[in-house]
Amino acid sequence: MARILTLSEAIAELVADGDAIALEGFTHLIPVAAGREIIRQGKRELTLCRMTPDIVYDQLIGAGCARKLVFSWGGNPGVGSLHRFRDAVQHSWPRPLEIEEHSHAGMANRYAAGASGLPFAILRGYTGTDLPAQTDSIKTVTCPFTGEELAAVPALNPDVGIVHAQQADREGNVQMWGITGVQKETVLASKRSLVTVEEIVDELTPRPGSVVLPNWAVTAVAEVPGGAHPSYAQGYSERDNAYYQKWDAISRDRAEFESWLDGEGLAERSAR
Amino acid sequence: MTETFTADEMMSVAAARSLTNGSACFVGIGLPSTAANLARRTHAPELVLIYESGTLGAKPDRLPLSIGDGVLADTADSVVSVPEIFNYWLQPGRIDFGFLGGAQIDKFGNINSTVIGGDYADPKVRLPGAGGAPEIAASCREVLVVMRQSTRSFVESVDFVSSVGYGAGKGDRERLGLRGRGPVKVITDLGIMEPDPETCELTLTHLSPGADVEQVRAATGWDLKVVAEPAVQEAPSDTELRVLRELKATIEGDKA
Repeated sequence: MARILTLSEAIAELVADGDAIALEGFTHLIPVAAGREIIRQGKRELTLCRMTPDIVYDQLIGAGCARKLVFSWGGNPGVGSLHRFRDAVQHSWPRPLEIEEHSHAGMANRYAAGASGLPFAILRGYTGTDLPAQTDSIKTVTCPFTGEELAAVPALNPDVGIVHAQQADREGNVQMWGITGVQKETVLASKRSLVTVEEIVDELTPRPGSVVLPNWAVTAVAEVPGGAHPSYAQGYSERDNAYYQKWDAISRDRAEFESWLDGEGLAERSAR
Repeated sequence: MTETFTADEMMSVAAARSLTNGSACFVGIGLPSTAANLARRTHAPELVLIYESGTLGAKPDRLPLSIGDGVLADTADSVVSVPEIFNYWLQPGRIDFGFLGGAQIDKFGNINSTVIGGDYADPKVRLPGAGGAPEIAASCREVLVVMRQSTRSFVESVDFVSSVGYGAGKGDRERLGLRGRGPVKVITDLGIMEPDPETCELTLTHLSPGADVEQVRAATGWDLKVVAEPAVQEAPSDTELRVLRELKATIEGDKA
């Protein structure tokens, strides 16, 4: 049964140095406040998993928290590049970043296999591309029924899966709606999970098309209003598009980025 | 009299015109999204817009700023998970058109959106990566590519194959077991290229109004083949231009 914790308690308890963690969210409901708390607590040597690493992963990488990135598209959506990610890959700053690269379909299926308790997933993908040559996490299998060659990717089972949702009730049952990406798969695939929510309510009102995570499938819930900013939470907040554009200028320059860390009160613990 | 228009506007209009009414289109953000939304407001009101964030049949009343914009979820027939979009809708070949762009394209329509510079481990420029493109290129019935043309982007050989066009030439898609037809059109700010039926090499078939063959050759990093008499695309109509500009204004207003 999910425990209701504060964000700082939850991160301190659930995330250890060296863990593989996934903060998922597909433009919508990105657990940004949880990422900031990880920087603030100075977690190190993390393997960061996410289909679409964006601003919060740029911040974690720039702050030196990450050893490795497992991903399928790393950019500032609607704006351009992630400069801290680029600097880490191209110039090893602030430290080298190992990468394990997939397509979206590959990553989505890796989470689905993880959530299903299977060792790998199959898909009709990657054929003819240069991606399989760069990682040992893409192989092929032969269909035992038809003989067709298919791509195989290993299950992704992070130590900690972190997502943001609109609501939880006092028992820790979670409800999210709108674009819900791979959040359900991430929570079910992970050994431990944290859901930050906009609001804890007395009772969840069922909504059409919503995703419900029962409290026995979640480790911890933390109430963090606005915890997805600058992304959005449908029904609660709008995407702060100006912030995504501003991030381009902040992240382009190392000194500018470091003074941003400082200004956010994140520099001390994340001292490299 | 038709108003004056830019090369970018011609490109968006040409891309929109390539989409047929009633078809399903897998849309990426940027030029493809602009073109698909323009098509839905002009000749293709029944166009089904599918975004990889999980929205099926989105009908946004303004241009979305990202593939996960709330306006897509609010207006969709259905919102599904990302594994479902890729596994149930894209992979079996249910989607008519896939729209792609990239940093580099070669003469066989192979696209790079991963790294510039031949060394993957030590790239000159690290790009965002493939995202949904490999399977879109493999599985949609037809692929349309929209890219601004220059010798930096239209290259003899891409530094990294993120998604496959025609591989090394005719027959490669079949050998690889790719199900869709591949890139049937590459639409640029200077004209349109289509694969030669014999070789699958991209060949200039249409010029944008005001562009000439020499100009297109000069913006292409390989010895570009040109059909005997390239057609000149019809200029954007007043309606196409008005709707396109209204659409663009919705996004610019948002950015302010």
